[in-house]
Amino acid sequence: MYGKGLRALSVTTLITLVGAFALVFFYAPNDADQGFVQKIFYVHVPMAIVALFGFIAGGIFAIQHLRTRDPRHDLRSYVAIHISLILAIGVLVTGSIWARAAWGHWWVWDEPTLVSFLIVFLLYATYQPLRFSIEDPERQARYASVFAVIAGAFVPLNFLAVRLAQAYTHPRVLGTTGGSMPGDMRLTFLIAIVGMALLFITLWKFEMAAKHARANLRSLRRKLGVDEVPAARRTAAPSL
Amino acid sequence: MRVALAVLRKELRLELRTLESIPGMALFSVTTFVVFHFALHRGQVEGDLAAGILVVTLLFAGMLGLNRLYVADEEQGGFDGFLLAPVDRTWLFVAKALALLAYLVVLEIVAVPAFALLLLGPGIDQALPELVGVLLLADIGFAIIAALVGALAVRTRARDLVGPLIALPLLVPVVIGTARALEPLLLEGGAEPVPARWLLILGLYDLIFGLLAIAVFDPLLED
Repeated sequence: MYGKGLRALSVTTLITLVGAFALVFFYAPNDADQGFVQKIFYVHVPMAIVALFGFIAGGIFAIQHLRTRDPRHDLRSYVAIHISLILAIGVLVTGSIWARAAWGHWWVWDEPTLVSFLIVFLLYATYQPLRFSIEDPERQARYASVFAVIAGAFVPLNFLAVRLAQAYTHPRVLGTTGGSMPGDMRLTFLIAIVGMALLFITLWKFEMAAKHARANLRSLRRKLGVDEVPAARRTAAPSL
Repeated sequence: MRVALAVLRKELRLELRTLESIPGMALFSVTTFVVFHFALHRGQVEGDLAAGILVVTLLFAGMLGLNRLYVADEEQGGFDGFLLAPVDRTWLFVAKALALLAYLVVLEIVAVPAFALLLLGPGIDQALPELVGVLLLADIGFAIIAALVGALAVRTRARDLVGPLIALPLLVPVVIGTARALEPLLLEGGAEPVPARWLLILGLYDLIFGLLAIAVFDPLLED
């Protein structure tokens, strides 16, 4: 059921992302202070925003799992957090490159957005070890959901605390003032966000479709009396 | 509430008889102050450095308490007994958090004077009421997170690792808030007032995670 519309969605994602990158290189003006380097912004910031919303989405699926005890919700939460975690690594890498180019250091501690993102990343990095260290699949799903709910609520609160703690050096792109970006940059940025969000949704659906296909295959084999297919490698993904 | 008090009484009695957590936590904190003295090569500290040392030491000492909090229940069937009793499970969380809060208060009664004697440059007597208030807010936050994460970690394979790994990032806002709030209190040449926004952050954290923990604690105990 996750395979439905996947091709159309993939094509849309591809077109949006290619369009966004075309705009980045040929339409958006170079930044007055930072020049060409600033263009990493159109990858870095959308990735960060999508990753954070992915973490929060994982928390929302986890709430549904705790309410209904349907393993499919746990799988949704697992896949959302998994993809967000991969994006988060990308965010930290691109952020470091940008920081090196703009401020001359790979890592800047008096920089609330960087630091709070690192804390969120470290927290979610324990999601997989937590799953791996619980044997019973049903308990694993419940505990992982509890973790995902707490961590999802932690994301906004952590940003508030860390942001208050330090002076602002990081540019505020979606702050309350908000009017600092010229129109053509803003348009490019918005399209980049949409492209990244579509990429997330596409990857999520692909992963869900693959997991469902594997579960279906396994149940069909079981019905045919074939021995259980050995798992390719150790995984903590929820089995349906 | 009666249930929580009964469990709390059991926890405290268990701790008084076995003396498993609190002496270890207190000794750990004093040792850590000594280690800080050699690592930093300083006779005295003040201001932000003092606040950081105190907060980090208390945090790590608290981690010892987190790891011990549910071990007896897991190993000796306390969970099963509690699940068989016809009571609301949330009370177990409340009792554990209160027990840990009590441990932390005792720990700080030992650790803060030791810190003042061993490392702190300026005296703390004039700032004592504010210091107690800030630490109490921090302890509530720590106790909530630790009671929740401890329950999450105790039935995993690597529980001594999983607990702190999850709890440390979750507690970063508490660490920031406490360190920033304590900083003006530990300044050389007289304490300055605590900025209200850090107290607000700590209070907000305690409130949000308290409610959240009560909401999600139940699924941790089933089976």
